Amino acid sequence: MSSQIDYVLRTVEERGIRFVQLWFTDVLGTPKAFSITPAELETALEEGMTFDGSAVDGFSRVQEADVLALPDPATFQILPLHESERVARIFCNIVNLDGSPFEGCPRQALHRVLEAAHDRGYTFFVAPELEYFYFDDLDPSTPMRPLDAGGYFDLAMGDLPSELRRRSVLALEEMGIPVEHAQHEDAPSQHEIDLRYTDALSMADTVMATRLIIKEVARQAGVSASFMPKPLAGVQGSGMHTHLSLWKDGKNAFIDEAHPSGLSDIARGFIAGLLVHAHEITAVTNQWVNSYKRLVPGHEAPVHVSWARNNRSALVRVPVTKEGKTDSTRLEYRAPDSAANPYLAFAVILAAGLAGIDGGYELPPEADGNLFDLSPVELTARGITPLPGSLNEAVDAMERSSLVATTLGEHLFEWFIRNKRAEWSTYKSEISRFELERYLPRL
Amino acid sequence: MGPILCFPDPTPAEVLLALTEAGHPYRCVGSLDAADAGEPDDGWAGAIIVAEGDTTDAITLCRALRKRESPISPLLLILDPDRVDDLSLRDDLFDDFLIRPIRMAELTARLNLELDRLGRGVGRQIIESGPLQINLETYQATIDGRVLDLTYMEYELLRFLAGHPAKVFTRETLLSRVWGYEYYGGARTVDVHIRRLRAKLGEEHAHLIETIRSVGYRFATNTHGG
Repeated sequence: MSSQIDYVLRTVEERGIRFVQLWFTDVLGTPKAFSITPAELETALEEGMTFDGSAVDGFSRVQEADVLALPDPATFQILPLHESERVARIFCNIVNLDGSPFEGCPRQALHRVLEAAHDRGYTFFVAPELEYFYFDDLDPSTPMRPLDAGGYFDLAMGDLPSELRRRSVLALEEMGIPVEHAQHEDAPSQHEIDLRYTDALSMADTVMATRLIIKEVARQAGVSASFMPKPLAGVQGSGMHTHLSLWKDGKNAFIDEAHPSGLSDIARGFIAGLLVHAHEITAVTNQWVNSYKRLVPGHEAPVHVSWARNNRSALVRVPVTKEGKTDSTRLEYRAPDSAANPYLAFAVILAAGLAGIDGGYELPPEADGNLFDLSPVELTARGITPLPGSLNEAVDAMERSSLVATTLGEHLFEWFIRNKRAEWSTYKSEISRFELERYLPRL
Repeated sequence: MGPILCFPDPTPAEVLLALTEAGHPYRCVGSLDAADAGEPDDGWAGAIIVAEGDTTDAITLCRALRKRESPISPLLLILDPDRVDDLSLRDDLFDDFLIRPIRMAELTARLNLELDRLGRGVGRQIIESGPLQINLETYQATIDGRVLDLTYMEYELLRFLAGHPAKVFTRETLLSRVWGYEYYGGARTVDVHIRRLRAKLGEEHAHLIETIRSVGYRFATNTHGG
């Protein structure tokens, strides 16, 4: 028995854990879990647990329905949420009955890209900033009520949302998820939790855990948290700006102090890769109809494919590092929203960046000034194109992308496009309140 | 753990260097009288006796240390290759012996093996350091009596650092000793895990793991340092 498995079994016994949740993620990033008892745990760790994959979004196949959830003992963690009984979780990889990786498993899709990067000596670190809203309840048939009317950096004493955010941060820290920073965001009842960088696979697991903790802490207080990209019109949506860095031989590979920009060839290639492939990966980083309501001018979300050093309208931003802190040189990719599947989002972001490095893509000039002030003609003259304006456009771009097809693998790629086409067609057949209010009296 | 007795005085530098690196305190003595006079209250933790050429003095000291009311153990004897014959029928006078030239890694390994065998080395069952206690048998770590919910790697890292208090480790050393293989995240992985551990230790105890600028990390023994 491996010492990791021994550690898990012994801890479960010592801590009197009643249930162990086996966690995994469907293709759309919805958390899935089944609970097993400590008695079943040893077999689960060694042989995996069989379940019917056809019940999970994106897991169904023609020939074989059954798959195995194989727990990754390194991710064993007691949850700080249940006071009365102790519950632990373990993340699972989904494998076929013969033990080979299952093509529909998002966790392994990310793992594959990370391995490819690792083979070339790169380690990929990410640090996402998760934005979300607190609401009274999430029943769409009643008017939505944010829990406060605070704004950016407001110091609110004793209000419930800030208290919930504080409780969430403490629970995350107890789970070993260091929080860099947490604050009230621009919109009413909107909050942000910035996670400290870590390797992309652990971070994708962490994003899943963080979303769950935030929702659960809210639920325990009788309110709700939502990661919907744009729940309220006219105010900011919830993004997941993601800071990226590549490391090689223990050094930040994005730094070149000799270059006037301070950025290495690798960094410049990575940015160029993100810009060239941005259209193709947007369906993954912004996967819902509603995601495109966030990507509109005026609310700090990127709309154009551009990069800049300190311009928050750019899609790729290179944050200015503090004097003497070049080690923190990184890129910030600002398109993803909080409702993305983090495994697939990090996978396509890394793949786009690597393609830029490998292909020696040339970095276009930095976008200076506010892009929103430029006319479409001026933008075209500068070679700046808009991001997809709808889920439909994004899926069109993704469908033509061999980069995304290779990165996700055939199974995930085809299922994702099919699912998103279906979502778009359902949306298109809906009559919105906008249309009724605007047209019914007039036409 | 008390100091390890080293003979003669001065003891060859390789021996002292090996002990320092392995984190064992020591005291050099030149005679049996000096050994008795210099003995700490809780006794010698062990002895390393080096015979330079002739083994008579060294073996006499070994015998004296072993015939005491509480015989010293472990006792390691170091001698020249052409003196091994002197050991015949005297194997009750030492626990292990080494042949010159002294190889530091071998000395440390043999000493630790003997300490483990006696239940006093790194193989001991409980690591205690300040407010931290780690039960190596049940894998449970507590700080001020509060149980820490650690992942496997966090546990291994904490065990390693707390098991070698005050010793500074580079990220590379921690990676090879704790992870045991060239892990994916490279040396940065260590930083990430240290940060997770500190988050779990809580603000009050986060300083137990000290960052040594541009070197690495160490487990603090002075818990009031802050």
